[in-house]
Amino acid sequence: MPNANQDIIVLDGVTKRFPGVLANDAVSLTIRSGEVHVLLGENGAGKSTLIDMLSGVQQPDDGHIFVDGKPTAITSPRHALALGVGTVFQHTMLVPSLTVAENLLLGAPWWQRPRKAELRVRAAAIGNNLGITPNLEALTSSLSLGQQQQVEILRALLRNSRVLILDESTSMLTPQGIEELGALVRKLAGQGLAIVFITHKLKEAVAFGDRVSVLKLGRKVGEIDAGQLRSRSETTIISDIVELMFGKRSDDPEGAVQRSHSPEKTANALLEVRDLYVPATPGNHGLESVSFSIGQGEVLGLAGIDGNGQKQLAEALAGQLPAVAGSIRLGPAQITGLSVGRRRAAGLRYLTDDRLGEGIVGDFPVAINLFLKEVGAPPLWRHGIEQRSAIEARAGELIRQYDVRTPSPRTPAGRLSGGNIQKLILARELAFGAKLIIFNKPTHGLDLANTLAARQWIKDIAAGGMGVLLISTDLEELLALSDRIAVMSRGRIAGIVDNSGAARMAVGRLMTGLAA
Amino acid sequence: MMVPRLLLTIGPIIAALIIAGAVLAVAGVNPLSYYAYVLQRGLLSPGGVQQTLTRMAPLLCIAAGLIIAFRAGIWNLGTDGQFLLGAVAAAASGPLLAEMMPVGLALFLCFVLSTLVAALWSLLPALLRAYQGVNEIITTLMMTFLGTSLANVLVKLVFLDPATTVPQTRTLPVEDRLPRLFDTTVTSGLILGLIAIIAVHLMMTRTAFGLRLRIVGASPRAALHAGLGVPALTVAVFALSAGLAGLAGAVDILGVYGNVRTDWDPAYGMAVIPVVFLARMNGFAAIAFVFLFSILSIGGESAARRLGVPQNFTLVFVAIVLIVLALAEYYTKRISQSREP
Amino acid sequence: MSGLFTEIFLSALLFGAITAAIPLLLAGLGEQMSEKAGVLNIGIEGMMIGGAYVGFLGAYYGNSLWLGFLGGALTGIAVALVMVLLCVRLGLNQIVIGIGLTLGLEGLTALAHHFQFSRTYPRLPAADATVIPLLSDIPVLGPALFKHHLIVYLAVLLVFVMSHIYRRTQLGLSLQAAGDKPAALDVAGVDVVRTRTIAVLVTGALAGIGGAYLANIGAGIFVPFITNGAGFLGIVLAMLARGRPMWVLIGAVLFGVCLSLTTAMQVAGINMPTDVIQMLPFIAVMTMLILFGRKASLPAALGLPYQRGVR
Repeated sequence: MPNANQDIIVLDGVTKRFPGVLANDAVSLTIRSGEVHVLLGENGAGKSTLIDMLSGVQQPDDGHIFVDGKPTAITSPRHALALGVGTVFQHTMLVPSLTVAENLLLGAPWWQRPRKAELRVRAAAIGNNLGITPNLEALTSSLSLGQQQQVEILRALLRNSRVLILDESTSMLTPQGIEELGALVRKLAGQGLAIVFITHKLKEAVAFGDRVSVLKLGRKVGEIDAGQLRSRSETTIISDIVELMFGKRSDDPEGAVQRSHSPEKTANALLEVRDLYVPATPGNHGLESVSFSIGQGEVLGLAGIDGNGQKQLAEALAGQLPAVAGSIRLGPAQITGLSVGRRRAAGLRYLTDDRLGEGIVGDFPVAINLFLKEVGAPPLWRHGIEQRSAIEARAGELIRQYDVRTPSPRTPAGRLSGGNIQKLILARELAFGAKLIIFNKPTHGLDLANTLAARQWIKDIAAGGMGVLLISTDLEELLALSDRIAVMSRGRIAGIVDNSGAARMAVGRLMTGLAA
Repeated sequence: MMVPRLLLTIGPIIAALIIAGAVLAVAGVNPLSYYAYVLQRGLLSPGGVQQTLTRMAPLLCIAAGLIIAFRAGIWNLGTDGQFLLGAVAAAASGPLLAEMMPVGLALFLCFVLSTLVAALWSLLPALLRAYQGVNEIITTLMMTFLGTSLANVLVKLVFLDPATTVPQTRTLPVEDRLPRLFDTTVTSGLILGLIAIIAVHLMMTRTAFGLRLRIVGASPRAALHAGLGVPALTVAVFALSAGLAGLAGAVDILGVYGNVRTDWDPAYGMAVIPVVFLARMNGFAAIAFVFLFSILSIGGESAARRLGVPQNFTLVFVAIVLIVLALAEYYTKRISQSREP
Repeated sequence: MSGLFTEIFLSALLFGAITAAIPLLLAGLGEQMSEKAGVLNIGIEGMMIGGAYVGFLGAYYGNSLWLGFLGGALTGIAVALVMVLLCVRLGLNQIVIGIGLTLGLEGLTALAHHFQFSRTYPRLPAADATVIPLLSDIPVLGPALFKHHLIVYLAVLLVFVMSHIYRRTQLGLSLQAAGDKPAALDVAGVDVVRTRTIAVLVTGALAGIGGAYLANIGAGIFVPFITNGAGFLGIVLAMLARGRPMWVLIGAVLFGVCLSLTTAMQVAGINMPTDVIQMLPFIAVMTMLILFGRKASLPAALGLPYQRGVR
């Protein structure tokens, strides 16, 4: 059993620059065995870049990394693994078309026959102890994201990792799953592993960590050690951290006041969905017997672990995914079977979570992106011919109105920051004629300022009488904004609860497959 | 200092001149005298430059078709087959129609027929790509092999002119062909080619339809999200692109050759691909580069006879241009990315 | 029509089918490995024709078919090296470079052949057959299948070697990972670029040998553009075979039958125009693509260059 709290990795003044942004600015911190070290910061604070440098994906421009006391350049993921650093990235890094066993065996010398028997023994030895017992012969794509995460943790341990890095690992877990992860992490730390836990959620940081390093805009602005975490109350610590991150004291920076439910909103249903059925495809859930309604001015939250059909539901409503059975009514119109364009004309709007891949065409100017869904429509196009000045004028109006920070309407949209791309998409969808808006993970990857702004937009939209379907993996967000919360599990609606005091528990239970 | 666009365009050409020249040198041919000969025959002699301008006519049509396809993200590599079938359609129908109606009308109908035949030839790859997601690189290439054989079959068996000993279609009399421009030997097909490429350029850059195609080419997922009817647009792109290649075939027959001989396959289509890339899919730039390519093509044909350097040299040249261009663009992007503040 | 179904006709047809199939088999196996690893290798036609010409040179001047195969393999590797440097390492567009390589090598080999042989058009003597005793005495099948040059048997053996590699070695796992999710392979500590490099170089070698076989044994002569789409047919085979080398073999033999119908028909005294017969293999290809194209499962990361750390 190694000495508790041995310094394994020391970061000393580590700096990393990318074109246009200083990702890490002279960050110094220490990773010790037997300790859960939380790296806390909002999106854009530089956490992921630090992880990249620890796992060999990037190299620092300035400063040093000391491993076991020696200055070391971690040159590749292979080198990092050899040094004992195992990383579980935010996005699953398993090969979908291989089995679990094959994924665990990747990395052995190329001529070897895959040593499955040996693997089975080792995996059982390590995994049983921790409660990780995946089916080794299962195809990885059939596993849930949470299960895949467990496999990745197992992989790190199989590689004899001394340092385990967990990057934003809780976004794909139920509340119960988060607790289990916490217990697992504690156990591993108890066995002498050094854990680096990255998150942007304050409460998690305080609950999980022995030590919290707070990052802001690339710099480490503070560190709270185990002693302080034990001795002071949770609210005090959170206020401390908020002050470090944002410069003012508050125990609830996201202003996550739970929204109260007004029963009359559900009375006149703006959107009515009945028995929607979409067949499943390899790797994706379908939809089965999905029925719900959304009233005018109502926000219906959609909770659920990522990958349980939420994206399919959004696409089926928008018309991108054809529904084989079921009906959708928006206002007076039946929109089942209508094309994407027709549904849009009827007042349906869909803000995709995949901003760069689907939401915009990165190489095209902001102005064109603002009207991407109205190509050819007058008055910006007359007889099919582009009216350049009209387009730029209208684009300028929208840019001002929605505060999209861009050098010019002609700038390629891909150059904008994440928050401004989201504002661009917001401007495009909300500008005119919207009745029912589907938001798919609208604050994902945004920093706090943009996150709060986006949430305010949602509140304003609902207040203005439009209906909102808010799909999110952030339970706090759903509790803060929704009137009711539906929970999606394996392509079905597991239940819909009013957003009252007991909602958090109820949603958690529904997510795990228990009755609310 | 930013690498100027001009250098990016001229650079690959110069690199190709050097590397291809080295190939010639290895083969025992003096590259400088080869290039001088090509220039002389292709550009500097009055007869030669007229031939060059004439050669531009079908090439511009093909280039126009390629621009549409590539900007829409579709690799139409079947232009050679589409060209030949369009040519055969024109050669078969031309003499017949010319006897039945005024020449102008006959020529117009021939153009329509050639365009339709070529567009139809692309229907199968179009449908496979639009509705089954089958990679069009392979399907269009296969259709070219099929089309080349089919063209030969049609010439030898169906449209063979019994009156001549050389196996070919019935020759369209010179007076019934596309008129020449003014006093020159340059075919008026050149005008058609210029119209085609400028029209395509304007369509792609200024119209809603062109924008839709470009969206599909840049991001098919964004196109779906934006509600564009991607399968229908895909089929439309194939039809337009192939149709223009077929039109090119008609222009070559009705304007220059008057008939199709067996085993005739000038293979313009693949050779024009690097030209279109060099022009960055811009119609006006394409005119300039097609002109340069035509000089090489005409000069090269002459050089094949006089200097013993086969026409295949042109292929080598444009291939080098394409590869060097890809490299140059890569390095330019790297340089400009690292310079951003 | 009386000669149609005699033993001689069938034997000749099958023999020709195998001969025609071998280049397709090698090209298909090579392309399959490239595609598994995530590289769409359009330049394979260029690798084949390059291998055909240098293979011919080797066999002609070296008086040895094996020298020809060696030359073909080396040429294929050389061309593949260009693909590796530009596409796998630098990340240039695989389709653009593939087209460039194909056009360039078609032109280059035609040029070289003109300067070297245009007056003489030399032919090679017929290849030595390695006759397998007993088996070659089976009626019809015997002379058709068991009287080929040694390389034919080696090529068929290669099918099983590839199968073994894909299913029972770590290399096979790495190749599949490189094509499906290269980032996952990188995180597991395997060099993605090196894995893809191996795949593309193997493709080059096999295509080069296939081209050499086509020229030296299949035709006995080099003629410009002699491959006539064999490389592209290899791509079709790889696409339809869904990752299984055995299917490449089956497909190659089927296409080989179509290709050899020309000579076989002449043997049987059937008078069908060559051009019509030449259309048959491509009609077969299109039919296959119509029927099975949709199911051609291609790896997720096919055609996309891998860059570590790009978000």
